[in-house]
Amino acid sequence: MTQKDVHIVSTGTANIASVMASLRRLHAQPQLEPTPAQVLDADYVVLPGVGAFGAAVEMLKKQQLFAPLRERILAGKPTFAICLGLQLFCEASEESDGFEGLGIVPGVVKRFTGDLRIPQFGWSGVKAAEKSHHFRDGYAYYANSYCLRDIPEGWDVAVSEYGGEYVAAMAKGDVVACQFHPELSGKWGQSLMSRWLSGQMTDDGRKS
Amino acid sequence: MALCRIIPCLDVDDGRVVKGVKFSNLRDAGSAVELAQRYEEDGADELVMLDVSATPQGRSHQVDVVKAVREVLSIPLTVGGGIRKLEDAMRLLDSGADKVSLNTAAVRTPGLITELANRFGCQCTVVAIDAAETVPGEWEVVISSGKERPGLDAIEWVKRVEALGAGEILLTSWDRDGTRSGYDLSLLQAFSKATQLPVIASGGADTPGHMLEAIEAGADAVLAASIFHDGDWTVWGLKDVLHEQGLPLRRKGGDEC
Repeated sequence: MTQKDVHIVSTGTANIASVMASLRRLHAQPQLEPTPAQVLDADYVVLPGVGAFGAAVEMLKKQQLFAPLRERILAGKPTFAICLGLQLFCEASEESDGFEGLGIVPGVVKRFTGDLRIPQFGWSGVKAAEKSHHFRDGYAYYANSYCLRDIPEGWDVAVSEYGGEYVAAMAKGDVVACQFHPELSGKWGQSLMSRWLSGQMTDDGRKS
Repeated sequence: MALCRIIPCLDVDDGRVVKGVKFSNLRDAGSAVELAQRYEEDGADELVMLDVSATPQGRSHQVDVVKAVREVLSIPLTVGGGIRKLEDAMRLLDSGADKVSLNTAAVRTPGLITELANRFGCQCTVVAIDAAETVPGEWEVVISSGKERPGLDAIEWVKRVEALGAGEILLTSWDRDGTRSGYDLSLLQAFSKATQLPVIASGGADTPGHMLEAIEAGADAVLAASIFHDGDWTVWGLKDVLHEQGLPLRRKGGDEC
C-alpha cells in the first residue's frame, strides 16, 4: 500500500510532533512546509495550530498560504483543521483585534467567560448530531481559551459544553475542523482521523 | 465541563521505568513504551513521564524514550526531569511531549516559566511543586529531588508561578510520596484556594477513595504510580468505582466507529 502524503501547514510555533505521530500510526506520511501550490492541490492537508489567532493569520499570509488554503477549503478538498485551525475558519476572533480569519463560516471566536477555569484543559464529552456522517459521540481532549459558539448552517456539527454549548467539531464533505485535539483523544480521535484519511467522510458512514 | 483526569506516572531512569519510595530505593518496573501503551488501553487520560536519572549520561536517553513513547501514544504526554533551559524544553516538545514540567529550574530561574509560556503557550507549561509540611498548614518547596530546601513557602510560590505564566501545577506531597497513605488533603485545599490553575495531585495514592478525596479537596486530576505499576488497579477499574461515587470521568466505550 502506498503511503498517503499529508501536508501539514505550520502556523508557527505549533507543537506538531503529536499530529505527525498520529498520522504515521495511520500509515500516512506527514510532509512539512508545503508550497502554496501544494496547499491548493495536495490530496490531504492538515491545519494544526496552537498559539494566537492573529499570529497564525500573519504567518499564513507571510508564507502566501492564506489564499490557497481558503480556496482549497471552499473547493471541498480533504482538509483537517485542529484547535486554532477551526478558529481560523471563522471571520475573526476576540483574541486578536483587527485580524480577519479565513471566513469559511460566519461568526466570531469568543473567549470563554464565567466561572470557569481558562484555558480549558482536559477531556470533555462530544455530542454528535443525530445521523451525523462525520462524528460519533465520545470524549475528546481540549486545550483552549476561545471557542466558536455560533453553530454554522450547512455543516455537520458536533458540540461540547463549557459555560454553554460550543462547536466541538464541524464538517462538510472531506473538510473537517475540530476544536479538540484528535491526535490526543485516544482511539476515538484516531478513528476520526482515520475515517477522514480513508475518504469515509463522504461515503455512507452514517452513525448507526 | 472538564472531566476529572487520572494520570499514571512513569519514572524513567536511564531509559527504563522505575518507581520509588520517596524517590530513592527504586526498582525496575518495565519498558516505557510498553507501559505507556498499556496505560492508554487501560483508560489513562494522560501520562506523565519524569526522568529521575541522577546523571546527565542517564538522562541522555530521555529524548529517545519520548520519541518512542510518542509513536504509540494518542493521549497527552507531559515530560519532566532535568529541564534547565528553554532549549531542553524545546527538544522534548519537538520529540513529542505535549507539555513539559519544570521543577528545580523553575525555582532557580523563574523567568524560564515565562519564556516557555510566551514561546509555546501556557497549555504546555507545567510547573511541578514538591511540597513538604513544616508545621501543620504550612509547606515549603523541596527541590533537587529532596536534596535542597531553598526556604520558599509553597503557597507563595504557586501564586508566583501562576503570575509568571504557568498553565498547570503538578503538586507532589513530599511527605506522602511513595507511602500509599493518601494524598495530603490540606495541602490540596490550600493550593486550590491559592491558585486558579488546574492542580494535579500527586503523592500517596493507594485507593479510589484517596482519589475521590483529592478531587473533593480541589484537585483537577490525580496522579499515581505504584498502584498502577503493581497491577492493583487498572485505570478503567478505578473509574468504574469513582463513577459510582458520582465523579464525572471519561468512561470506556465509544472508541470505535
